[in-house]
Amino acid sequence: MAVWARHAARWGCLLSTARAAAELPRRLRGGGCPARACRELARLAVLPAGKEAALCGLQGYRQLSAGSCSPPDSAKDAAFSSPQSNLPSVQQEQAKPEILPDLNAKILDEAWDDIPPSSALEVISEEEAVQIIAEPLLPIQSTTLRDYVDHSETLAKLVHLGVDLSQVEKRQKAGQLLLTLDFEKDVKKILLFLKDVGVEDNQLGPFLTKNPYILGEDLEDLETRVAYLKSKKFGKSEIAQMVSRAPYLLLFSVERLDNRLGFFKNELGLSVKKTKDLVVRLPRLLTGKLEPVKENLQVCQIELGFQRNEIQQIVCKTPKILTASKKRLKQTFDYLHNIMGIPHHMLTRFPQVFNSKLLRIRERHMFLAFLGRAQYDPAQPSYISLDQLVSLPDEVFCTEIAKASMQDFENFLKTL
Amino acid sequence: MAAAGLAGLFAVYKPAGVAWGRVREALETRLLRELNAAPERAPRQRVRFLPSPAPGGGGAVELVAASVPVLADHPLVRGPRFRKLKIGAGHRLDVKASGVFVLGIGHGNKLLTDLYNCHLTKVYTVGGLFGKATDDFSDTGNLIEKTTFDHITREKLERILAVIQGTNQKALLTYSNIDMKTQEAYELAVKGLIRPMGKSPPIITAIRCLQFALPEFQLEIHCLHETQQYLRKVVHEIGLELKSSAVCTQVRRTRDGVFTVDDALPRTQWNLQSIQEAIRNCQLKVETELEKTLAAHEENSPLHQLDGTQLSMLCRSVGEQHTRAATCQRGDGQQKERG
Repeated sequence: MAVWARHAARWGCLLSTARAAAELPRRLRGGGCPARACRELARLAVLPAGKEAALCGLQGYRQLSAGSCSPPDSAKDAAFSSPQSNLPSVQQEQAKPEILPDLNAKILDEAWDDIPPSSALEVISEEEAVQIIAEPLLPIQSTTLRDYVDHSETLAKLVHLGVDLSQVEKRQKAGQLLLTLDFEKDVKKILLFLKDVGVEDNQLGPFLTKNPYILGEDLEDLETRVAYLKSKKFGKSEIAQMVSRAPYLLLFSVERLDNRLGFFKNELGLSVKKTKDLVVRLPRLLTGKLEPVKENLQVCQIELGFQRNEIQQIVCKTPKILTASKKRLKQTFDYLHNIMGIPHHMLTRFPQVFNSKLLRIRERHMFLAFLGRAQYDPAQPSYISLDQLVSLPDEVFCTEIAKASMQDFENFLKTL
Repeated sequence: MAAAGLAGLFAVYKPAGVAWGRVREALETRLLRELNAAPERAPRQRVRFLPSPAPGGGGAVELVAASVPVLADHPLVRGPRFRKLKIGAGHRLDVKASGVFVLGIGHGNKLLTDLYNCHLTKVYTVGGLFGKATDDFSDTGNLIEKTTFDHITREKLERILAVIQGTNQKALLTYSNIDMKTQEAYELAVKGLIRPMGKSPPIITAIRCLQFALPEFQLEIHCLHETQQYLRKVVHEIGLELKSSAVCTQVRRTRDGVFTVDDALPRTQWNLQSIQEAIRNCQLKVETELEKTLAAHEENSPLHQLDGTQLSMLCRSVGEQHTRAATCQRGDGQQKERG
């Protein structure tokens, strides 16, 4: 039994490259040493009947390394263009086991009795030694897709498409999903669909990196969701923008999407057009959690003391404020309002200050105050708008706004 | 990473209001981004037999050997080359404090330990405000009481400072574990190296008033084994001693051992090139200081004589030719003595 098991493993190697199937008949025909070929086939015949465990192992291995059974030549074809070479790996898997029983049945009765099982110590000729293909087995299980990428057509094509596998493999179950997919059968139609929706060619890779699960979705569902968006009078370019900026949008069911659109319309009290503008500008509002959005609105209204119409203006200008951390929001507002003395209506005019870091605002304000230029009232001369304060890069800020050199600014930072 | 010259000590200027862990993380991400942006080495090649139409024409196909890059080495498959940098922090600064903050990369982490064992003094600029007291001694805490401060003069403040310095001087001598009546103590004192070489409570070695404009004042404090909260408490106690109360508005470290404000990189210069430069500039200073301290204490106190081999190891890791020769000789001499 032990010897059989070893043979089984050895033949497993051979099988995995799929050259075995092609090679066996050739060897039989070639007649270099027919006796030996027969003997090996006999060993092969033992394989299905003999070692149950080894067989299971082999099967498990075949399932896991999906695509590894395809001819390596075609898998490594650099161009990946000719459709003939890209035979679906799944079909190959099914085809191969069929070959084996045929051969087995033919030789089983004639060769079984008189050929003793060869031992591992048996001397083999040079020719034969060359023909043994000793490729390392693919790992049965692995934490990374690196082990499979050279053997799987699907993975190789995805890499050439620009999908970052090192990111994808960190996601739960995404690696298994990609391995079980077949490029021609499963992946291609989704890619074509995404192209139809309007995702740019160079965005497909990053898109799939962010959301590999879309490859496992049903195409009809996806089409229904796009149809829903169209029925809501989103233009084609708007849908394209939303889908490519929020890759998970198409995984949401129509009811859920409807709920969420309704939520933003009611909660903010915006008109239909403004709600549409809002979600087109920041589509991740639709795919993110709604609880923080509610909390942020409460913070703005109760703690920061903005009026309802002011909040509407702020949200339309900078939707990002809805997904910001409320602690940061409060700290920034505290500094702007209580220390820099900026009234609410000015903050409503320049809500982008809430997107910048408190540290940056503080450093710049203190530098300006040190120079005696901290003047944020538009009614008075040498007015500095809040937009200029936060949005300019350091060099421009120093020369244009503070009228000082970068060196001065750095030295000032070291005195804080 | 060693090729990039990223091993050693450097100082950054930590802004107030940011935890030191965040500063370290920010530096790590910036360095990783720049290191990973550098060109990578070419992927491995492997020989494959690719089918190609035979030269004879017809449907015949023959195999042609060709070397193809291994896909497993593709940057998208392998992921970024550097994922983590070993960055260690020297003496910490709490969230509200700002100032010089020493960090070590690579073998700099070992130097950090050595630097810690040198017990060098640090210099702080501490701002205070009379007339208020809060529960955490800083100006942002909850107000506990308000007091008058009109009676305070600069002379009164300086008298208190002198008292503080006197008591701390005594503590310094007690904790430095040196017999004051010996030649060693004299020699150390001449070099200005008397300080505790083990654990001790916070000790202020010098304190003076930089600015005094009621109700604000600013102190410069030289100290060791302190925490920033201890310094705030000192301000609070100064207020109480002056029959008033005071809160601390600012704690800013202007020197940490050999690193001064000028060596510290401000937030705008946290990039690979500046850090490499800073490491190079500080290398010699750190090295000489370590050697000076360890050598002096090795010669003078019998407790430290066993550290000779440690010292030679240390200097080897620092790796300057001339110092290496010198310490090797000394190390040999000691081994002979011991043998």
